[in-house]
Amino acid sequence: MERIPVLEMGEFLMVTIQVDMHDRLASALLEDLTEAVSARGIRGVLIDISALDVVDSFIGRTLSMIASTARVLDAETVVTGMQPAVAITLVELGLSMPGVRTALNAERGMTELRSALSDGAQGGIRGGGRGHDT
Amino acid sequence: MAAAVVTTPSWTKSFDISTDEDLVRVRHGVREAAVSIGMRLVEQTKLVTAASELSRNALEHGGGGRAELAVLEDGTRRGVRLVVEDDGPGMPDLALALTDGYSSGAGMGLGLGGARRLVDEFELWSEAGVGSRVTVTGWVS
Repeated sequence: MERIPVLEMGEFLMVTIQVDMHDRLASALLEDLTEAVSARGIRGVLIDISALDVVDSFIGRTLSMIASTARVLDAETVVTGMQPAVAITLVELGLSMPGVRTALNAERGMTELRSALSDGAQGGIRGGGRGHDT
Repeated sequence: MAAAVVTTPSWTKSFDISTDEDLVRVRHGVREAAVSIGMRLVEQTKLVTAASELSRNALEHGGGGRAELAVLEDGTRRGVRLVVEDDGPGMPDLALALTDGYSSGAGMGLGLGGARRLVDEFELWSEAGVGSRVTVTGWVS
């Protein structure tokens, strides 16, 4: 079955979504990331969606689920590079993606992840920067 | 809903909706049609997203269905219209079905109400035991 490639860099996972995902591909990504986080002690997951020109409620929900599931497994997730038109559409659609931390681009996302993890080490992870944590 | 303007489809395309890959095909078709009439990127994205929500509804709640895509011209403006229909159980309460957060399935219930907010025109027909049909249109003036 077709899969979205997941790169592992130390305690981080990086994913760049380059294709318009059908639903099963999105669900497979959730499983792959969760499995990797759990099996390899991953602390941070970065998902770059700058190539995605559509995020509908299913994909948005999948991103939320990845973030929530990773958090339960003690890892932080950041979604980076959302196109402005996609952001406007998501808000109008009414999808707020609770718990999903976001950053403008992958570089800022990585900074965000590192700072979340060092904050976490000092006790309790709190949303910062452009994050949507509640 | 305003009185229907007489419009001539200048181009149409049909899609079968029976797998999640068909949703991707519908999205691509709508994107192509929207680009072809010079729709702005934000409007394109809204229409494509609405198309995805409606097609998924037909797949998940209607047990699959069909979509008919058309490029419209009415003299002063051009538009993209998508009709999504299924032969599923139908929606007994249309007002409830359009309410955010209401869902008869596993979804978040944003599909119908959300799709309505993303388009210029929205028309919903449904009959219990017969099926549902949603027509959405985005215009470029």
